[in-house]
Parts: sequence; C-alpha cells; structure tokens
Amino acid sequence: MIEIKNLTKSFGKNLIWKDVSFRIEDGETLAVIGKSGCGKSVLLKHLNALLYPDSGQVIIDGNNVFDLNYSELRLMRQRFGILFQGGALFDSINTFENIAFPLRYFTKATEAEIKEKVEEALEMVNLEEAGSKATSELSGGMRKRVGLARAIVLKPEYLLYDEPTSGLDPQTSDEINELIVSMADSLDITSIVITHDMHSVLSIAEKVAFLDSQKLSWFGSIDEMKNSEHPPLVEFTTASEYKIKV
Amino acid sequence: MEALKQLGQYTLLLYQALRSVTEFSTYRENLFNEFVKIGYQSIPIIMLVGVFTGAVLTLQTAYQLDTDLYPAYIVGSIVAQSVIIELAAVISGLVLAGKVGARISTELGTMRVSEQIDALESMGFNSVAFLVLPRIFAGVLMFPVLYIIASSLGIIGGVIAGAADGILPAAEFMKGARSFFFPEDVVFGILKSFVFGFVITSISCFKGYYAYGGAEGVGNATTQATVLSCIYVLLADFVLAALLL
Repeated sequence: MIEIKNLTKSFGKNLIWKDVSFRIEDGETLAVIGKSGCGKSVLLKHLNALLYPDSGQVIIDGNNVFDLNYSELRLMRQRFGILFQGGALFDSINTFENIAFPLRYFTKATEAEIKEKVEEALEMVNLEEAGSKATSELSGGMRKRVGLARAIVLKPEYLLYDEPTSGLDPQTSDEINELIVSMADSLDITSIVITHDMHSVLSIAEKVAFLDSQKLSWFGSIDEMKNSEHPPLVEFTTASEYKIKV
Repeated sequence: MEALKQLGQYTLLLYQALRSVTEFSTYRENLFNEFVKIGYQSIPIIMLVGVFTGAVLTLQTAYQLDTDLYPAYIVGSIVAQSVIIELAAVISGLVLAGKVGARISTELGTMRVSEQIDALESMGFNSVAFLVLPRIFAGVLMFPVLYIIASSLGIIGGVIAGAADGILPAAEFMKGARSFFFPEDVVFGILKSFVFGFVITSISCFKGYYAYGGAEGVGNATTQATVLSCIYVLLADFVLAALLL
C-alpha cells in the first residue's frame, strides 16, 4: 500500500499543489488525471523520491520514503518500475541491452538467464523481434513498450506510468491500455497511471485522483467518477470525449 | 544568490561522486569508455595543438630576438620552457574544454532532459557513480598524458619550424632546450593539466547533469560548461603559477 499524506510541492514561488493526500491499495490501478501542467508527473516522481516535496509524506510499508538514506532509497526504488513519457531508453545501447540493463547490475543472473528474462519481457509487450534493434529505429509506441519491458523485467511491486498513451495513435493507445491491464492482472502489480486521456482512464483504472487548482480536487472509484457532479471534474471529463462513450 | 546555489549544487555533486568511489563495479565499464573518449580520441587534436604551438612560438621568438645580443640556441630555451611550463597545458586545456567539455555536458544534458537519468535513479542506480565519476576520473588521469604529448610535440614542432625556416639547426635548438630544462617544470605542467582535467570534466558534468528545458536547455548547459571551463582553466592557471612558481 502507498499512502500519500499532505504532500505540498512548489518550484521556487510557483506552487504546484498543496496538501495532497490519498491511498493506493495493493493490486489497485489508480489513474491520476488533470490538465496539462497541473503537476501529475511531478506527483509521480515523488512516489519513489525522484523529487522531494516541500512538506508531506509518501509512506510505503510504514516507511516515509523521504526519510530513507540513499542506500535504503535505492533498495526501495528497485520495488518500482517506471514507464517514462518518452520511454527514457538508453540510446547508447540496443533494445535487448536496455531491458537487460537492470538484470546485469542488480542480479547475479547468468547470460542465459538474462537472455531468457529479456525475451520473456519482450514477449509480454508483444515485441519478440525487436531485441536487436537500435533504440533510434523504434517507433513511439515501440519505445513505450520497450520501456515497459525494462520496467517489469525485475518484477516490481509497483508500476508507474507517465502519460503512457500520449503522442500515440488510437490503435496503438488501445494496445498500450491492454498491456497495462494485462500487466496488472498477470503480475499482480499496483499501478499508478498519469494521464489526461479519459479513454485510457476508462479502460484501465479502478480509482481516479483528479488534480486541479493546485490541490487534489477529487478522488474516488471509476464508477463514482462517472456519476460525479463535482463541477471541475465534470468540466474536465466533458471536455474530453469520454462522455460520448459512457 | 543563484551563484551560491550553483556552488552548493556543484559541491554536493562532487561530494556524492566522492562517496561513490567505492562502487567500482558501477562505473568500471564507463571509466574505460571515457579513457578512450577523453584520452585516445583527443590525441589527434592535441598533436596538432602541440606541433603548431611550438612551431609558431619558434618563429615569433626568433623574430623578437632578431639581434646578435643573444646566441641562437636561446630560442630553443625559450620555446621549450614556454611550452613545458605554460602553453602545452593551457592551450590543450582550452581546446579540450571545447572538445571534451562540450561532449560531456551535451551527453549528460540530453540524458537528463530525456529522463534517462531519472530512469537510472528510478531503478535504484547511483547515476552519479555511473555517469559523473568515470568522466572526472578519466579527465584527471588522461589530461596529464595529453599534456605530455602536447609538450613533446611542441618541442618537435619548434625544432622543425626552426630548421625549416633557417632560424637555427635542430642541434642548436635542442642545446638551448636542454640547457634550461628543469624536471620540476614538467612536474608543474603535469600538475596543471591534472587540475585542468578536474576543472573541465567536473564543471561539464555539473552543467549537463542539472540541465533542464529540452533542446534549448541542453544548448545552454553546453555553452555554459564550455565558457565556464575556459574561465576556470585560466583562473586555475594563474593561481597555480602564483602559488608554485
């Protein structure tokens, strides 16, 4: 379980959000939604202390991640997998080596075991043939899938997705959404998805956190969201196409 | 205020790098890569710098001492000492601030803005040990080697230019070079290049590691890294000369 307590963050004099608090139960998939620039990705980077808040806590298994020393923090971070917005693939190595990277440094796996695990991860993201490709040869959707394969190769407990469908065509977006659902089901992972794509939210999320006006404006289940009359949330969701779907 | 903040960030980065020295397995592979990139791949430009510095200095010294008051071999003394004490280290430093410093800050800056550094950290990786430490180590260890190449070729360049232009024969040049040769001058030059290696690589790593703002941010980081490296190379040169000569 991840518990976020009274998190406040600003950059200089620019307040991003204040007193954000919510809880994510194990195995849940939470979508964090909100307008561009409302600090969704900033929130994501607080969960494993890539960024530090002005005040507040992120509690995982009873420990505030911001109180951990660097060695403890590094161990804690290994429990997370993150799919970054652009994939964040290391461009000096090929696809296979990108996925093998954490295995080489954090496990004592033999070359044969590494090969097997990388192939398994590639198969899970439906990219069996892409191992030998340079990262520059990959399309936007493929980069995200390879990023996802790298994120899951160490079997994390928590999987964080930063705008997984942004910049993708609808068909590829659907494929990524299906992957997110299948990852959550097959690996029994707690997932947190940052997005402003309501189609994606409806496909994958069980709970929704809505950031607006520099605070957590609304939090609830996907069904509660559909019936919510909270004006900013209604305005946000109406502006997207999702009302048409429901 | 901003300068103080930057100084604090720079110091913290160096402290973190220093604390990571024991994580050899994290940076071993990158260290050898950087030996090649900073050292081996800089040899051609350093050879050019060395030869032309020595050659031009010989022609200019001969021009300025165009009198019977001094023996011809004094040109060799002046050129060799100038190259060993000052020019090989400083000119190499300035050239490498552009070649090595720009590459480092661009590489790290691009990794920062494309979230590759975040990806490393999010895996539980020590990104400073992986990216910063090997570059500083390689700079500190390779710059003295490059200095020795530059100063040796500076003297050879002087010999060739002197002989080719009919200023003084090679033997006379070497007689002059040897008559005022002090081994401590070479030690001083090596020390300077060691400091320059640290200054250039650490500033470039710092600017790249904390780059922000997309392609423009990387461009700014690279420009700042190169300009600051040049300024601090010259400052360090002055301080070392004032303290040690």
